[in-house]
Amino acid sequence: MDIIVAALPILLKGLQVTLYIFVIAIILGFLIGLVVALLRLAPIKILNWIAKVYVDAIRGTPFIVQLFFIYFGVNSLNLISLNSTTAGIITVAINAGAYFAEIIRAGIQSIDKGQTEAARSIGFTGTQTMRYVVLPQAFRRMLPTITNQSIISLKDTSLLSVIGIADLTQQGQIQASATFEAFKIWLVVGVIYFIIIYLLTLIANFIERRVQVR
Amino acid sequence: MSIITVKNLRKSFGTVEVLKDINAEIKEKEVICVIGPSGSGKSTFLRCLNLLEEVTGGEVVINGHDITDPKAKININKVRQEVGMVFQHFNLFPHKTVLENITLGPIKIRATDKAEAGRLALELLDKVGLREKANSYPGELSGGQKQRVAIARALAMNPKIMLFDEPTSALDPEMVGDVLEVMKQLAKEGMTMVVVTHEMGFAREVGDRVIFMDGGYIVEENEPNELFGNPQHVRTKAFLSKVL
Ligand SMILES: Nc1ncnc2c1ncn2[C@@H]1O[C@H](COP(=O)(O)OP(=O)(O)O)[C@@H](O)[C@H]1O
Ligand SMILES: [Mg+2]
Repeated sequence: MDIIVAALPILLKGLQVTLYIFVIAIILGFLIGLVVALLRLAPIKILNWIAKVYVDAIRGTPFIVQLFFIYFGVNSLNLISLNSTTAGIITVAINAGAYFAEIIRAGIQSIDKGQTEAARSIGFTGTQTMRYVVLPQAFRRMLPTITNQSIISLKDTSLLSVIGIADLTQQGQIQASATFEAFKIWLVVGVIYFIIIYLLTLIANFIERRVQVR
Repeated sequence: MSIITVKNLRKSFGTVEVLKDINAEIKEKEVICVIGPSGSGKSTFLRCLNLLEEVTGGEVVINGHDITDPKAKININKVRQEVGMVFQHFNLFPHKTVLENITLGPIKIRATDKAEAGRLALELLDKVGLREKANSYPGELSGGQKQRVAIARALAMNPKIMLFDEPTSALDPEMVGDVLEVMKQLAKEGMTMVVVTHEMGFAREVGDRVIFMDGGYIVEENEPNELFGNPQHVRTKAFLSKVL
């Protein structure tokens, strides 16, 4: 027990890093997803194509390869120098962005065409129709899938430990080898991830209930 | 002076021509009912009048604006503000209350202030007999109530023309009367209306003219008493014998 008590402050420091990266990356990822979804649905072929290539490239490659590509690959060009945290945030963001793009695209397409027609017939522009009529309904419908993807992305952040980011997993590794108590340490790390994901789910359920279409 | 002029209007979906040389003149304050068998192009015709469908050929002039002339640089969103539309399936915004459905256009498009828009919306709700539903969501209303809200929503933009596409076809029979009553009232107040309908009684009573469409053509048009009492074309006779 005292091993856990001693390790806990350090693990929680790691959790802070995990949450910091997660929150920034998920917001960026969501914005990327929104833009890419709109490009994917835009009436301009070349934009659809660019969006599709991005989504397919991300979905068709492992996360860890994307991470190495950004951190080692891009850095090796000596054009810019990304520290590990920045590289981690970027990777999680562009990875989640591709999945969010697909979720948002499907959500937009699931809204009945009659909604758009009603809005346009009133005199709304295409952009206003998206903003006031289609997206608010689509987001309500997408919330469960968005929550799911966010949980996946949170778990993906544990892979960032391989480029030396001092996240929860990395701190777990350090503590496990320092204390020779791998079983207890990894159990605690697992419980911490579980609690965070559980809280995330609770928040999502709360929002879902709040914005439910009656 | 016509408020709607349609000349040689054609519309194709892919290789299928759905509207073939449609010509029509509609004067201010006229109520035109469009009847005809299903698939004859009635909805498509109506949707061409506010460019919900892109036309393939011909001209549509609304209130002096040739909305089909690409060189005219017409702002179609502006024109649509003057042309209200009511759909068979209501298409209310389910995430907004009845009041918000009605005020959304005035607030976001016209920059009407919220209190003023709300006051106007309540007036319109009075008119359609649904003031007590202002804070309900569309999902809590019956079909007939939804359609009356949809009419109020369209009227909130203060349009010069109202288009109705089978407004009562999706309603239970006992709901039809309330909606038709609202439309009659609107006609009485001098609204220019184009109504696609299967309600022959309404067409006869309220219509100034009735257009019979079949196979993408306007086959016959006349005053209701003439068209219903003394149809000229065999296809009109055949259709009327089925529905009357
Ligand atoms: N978006 C569309 N794509 C392809 N065909 C369509 C489309 N909309 C209507 N049509 C076809 O055009 C014809 C006329 O349809 P419509 O105007 O809806 O007729 P009505 O309202 O008189 O029943 C029908 O054959 C219909 O299948
Ligand atoms: Mg129709």
